[in-house]
Amino acid sequence: MTYFNRRRFMTGMGALVGALLTAGIMSAPSMAADFPTAKVNTTKLAVTDKTVKVGILHSATGTMAISETGSIQAEKLAIAQINAMGGVLGRKIEVIQEDGASDWPTFAEKSKKLLVNDKVATVFGCWTSASRKAALPVFEKENGLLFYPTFYEGLEQSKNVFYTGQEATQQILAGLDWIAKEKKAKTFYLIGSDYIWPRTSMKIARKHIEQHLGGKVVGEEYIALGDTQFGSVINKIKLKKPDIIYAAVVGGSNVAWFKQLNAAGLNSSKQTMLTISVTEDEVLGIGGENLAGFYSAMKYFQSQKNPSNEKFVAEFKKMWGPKSVIGDVTQAAYLGPWLWKAAVERAGSFDVDKVAAALPGYEFKDAPEGYVKVDANHHLWSKLRIGKWRTDGQADVVFESELIAPDPFPKGYQ
Amino acid sequence: MFDYSMAEIGNIVVMQGFSGISLFSVLLLMALGLAVIFGQMGVINMAHGEFMALGAYTTVLFSQVAVSYDIVSYYFIFAIVAAFIIAFIVGYLVEYGLIRHLYKRPLDTLLATWGLSLIMQQAFRSIFGAKEVSATLPDWLLGSFQPTPDIDIPINGVFVLVLAAVVTAGVYIFMFRSRWGLRMRATVQNRIMAGAVGINTKKVDRVTFALGCGIAGVAGAAFTTIASTGPTTGSLYIVDSFMVVVFGGAASLLGTIASAFGIAQAQSILQFFMTSSMGKVATLMVIVGILMMRPEGLFASKLRK
Repeated sequence: MTYFNRRRFMTGMGALVGALLTAGIMSAPSMAADFPTAKVNTTKLAVTDKTVKVGILHSATGTMAISETGSIQAEKLAIAQINAMGGVLGRKIEVIQEDGASDWPTFAEKSKKLLVNDKVATVFGCWTSASRKAALPVFEKENGLLFYPTFYEGLEQSKNVFYTGQEATQQILAGLDWIAKEKKAKTFYLIGSDYIWPRTSMKIARKHIEQHLGGKVVGEEYIALGDTQFGSVINKIKLKKPDIIYAAVVGGSNVAWFKQLNAAGLNSSKQTMLTISVTEDEVLGIGGENLAGFYSAMKYFQSQKNPSNEKFVAEFKKMWGPKSVIGDVTQAAYLGPWLWKAAVERAGSFDVDKVAAALPGYEFKDAPEGYVKVDANHHLWSKLRIGKWRTDGQADVVFESELIAPDPFPKGYQ
Repeated sequence: MFDYSMAEIGNIVVMQGFSGISLFSVLLLMALGLAVIFGQMGVINMAHGEFMALGAYTTVLFSQVAVSYDIVSYYFIFAIVAAFIIAFIVGYLVEYGLIRHLYKRPLDTLLATWGLSLIMQQAFRSIFGAKEVSATLPDWLLGSFQPTPDIDIPINGVFVLVLAAVVTAGVYIFMFRSRWGLRMRATVQNRIMAGAVGINTKKVDRVTFALGCGIAGVAGAAFTTIASTGPTTGSLYIVDSFMVVVFGGAASLLGTIASAFGIAQAQSILQFFMTSSMGKVATLMVIVGILMMRPEGLFASKLRK
């Protein structure tokens, strides 16, 4: 109970602070002269009269570079666009980019470097949960600010972190509801890679299937990361004949999984599958022809039709090449700099405490994915969308949920 | 397990049998090149996986060219040959530039080839990008072969199986039926004597190493039908490759084949009855147990050290 009280209190405070500050800002253009450095920066961050330094901390090398490159690109695009509009409180954003090198201790070390040596006002970074868990103590001790883009397993909340991707219940529950109704599904086969995100997600999925959908889980399977042999698993699936395969396989295994499913005759005309680990980025490796007809549950698809998404896609391709694709996490990473800018302007300050207090309650109405709102628990309200993959590597959005409240500590699902 | 009909169980047994054989052919292809290098020369080549990735990237490049000229149906055979040639040439140069200076220092070879693997990974990343890529496969490699409506035999699995058989036969003929193989075996058994009877042992070393790398390239090309290719793909294969070679007994081709078969069947069957990760754990436990009793592997070499 105390939890809910605290949350209400925080929402109230956030809204109050927000309302007071917006009233002040709307009337005046945000010029640097109106915001003297001494006033907007009382904690000795790297803010001058003309510039503000921020950090980008992702893996540009190592196994995770495959996934994290898109996030780096999106964050740089957002920062370039913000600078073209005049920056934040009249100050241009300067980026200090560090490489986490797919090595979790390196993320902690580089976080410390960015916060202590470079005094950056905020960091956009981390991708895997392992890297976030490694960097989190540093951000909490040095009182830094982190915008984290990946959809993840939940069970975390920090005053120093904003989570711009979905937590597990946002991604899982509505998707299962939809597919159970749409396909009249009763039996589910759960399969994922063997680490914390798939395991936590499948735990939530199993509880939801058994307790709320009246369905049955006929198999639950975890594959070692990097494993590429699915013959036995596929035969087990053929024997159990589940209505739905619910999949969270990642990395190189993902490609092998889809290729071998198809080679074994289990394509989308014979088997329904809903996956929570395939975005446009993964399709490049898997190949559209192996995916066509299967479903993904994500909050964003590149094919979404709205003016701000079309603009976002066009400018992303202009900056990073016509062949680049945009997946769910890339879009979530793009939100980071914009949310930070909004929070700084609401707070009228770069101070981490003030910025973090100003952001909850903020509504980002024309994000590429559509309307999102920052909750008091530092996660975003967002919609869930189901995409049906086409052979060309893009998805048709076949379902869009209501706006879902983030619930990183779901009752009854732990 | 009792609510299935006999026909269903029969079908699964057939498909499960094939999936075991398919895993066997994958492991065998991975390990053959290493068996030649490690078995015949005693060089621990940590960059073996990267030579596979080299072959895979060659295939991907070929597929991109084939797509732009619309000749996807035929390129794959040429891609395999090219993968062999390119990996062979790179292996030849590596032996000349690096390995030959380190023959008397096995631990340094290990470090040097590990460094080489990092260099190759970064080179792949710089040239081909960090994202994983896939080769566009010709239609005749996709889908499944159905002897009855309920049995699906993956065609890419059959392809890898045939390729593994051809390469194994090729290695066998090369080693035991050709003049080159004779020189190679002579050098392994007694380097000084081999030199005394006029065999250019340095050249034999170079060709042996290059041959092992070339076979790794072929394996890499074949694996593009199963999985995608990224800069670090090779590191996924290296552990399995060493496991097969060490378990089989280092200097024995037959041992490598038997070991690949045993590991594949054990893993495939255990993974069917247990969960996937537990199946792998159980397989590794059996291997550890057997290696404790027979440290030389299944087929111990009869060499005098």
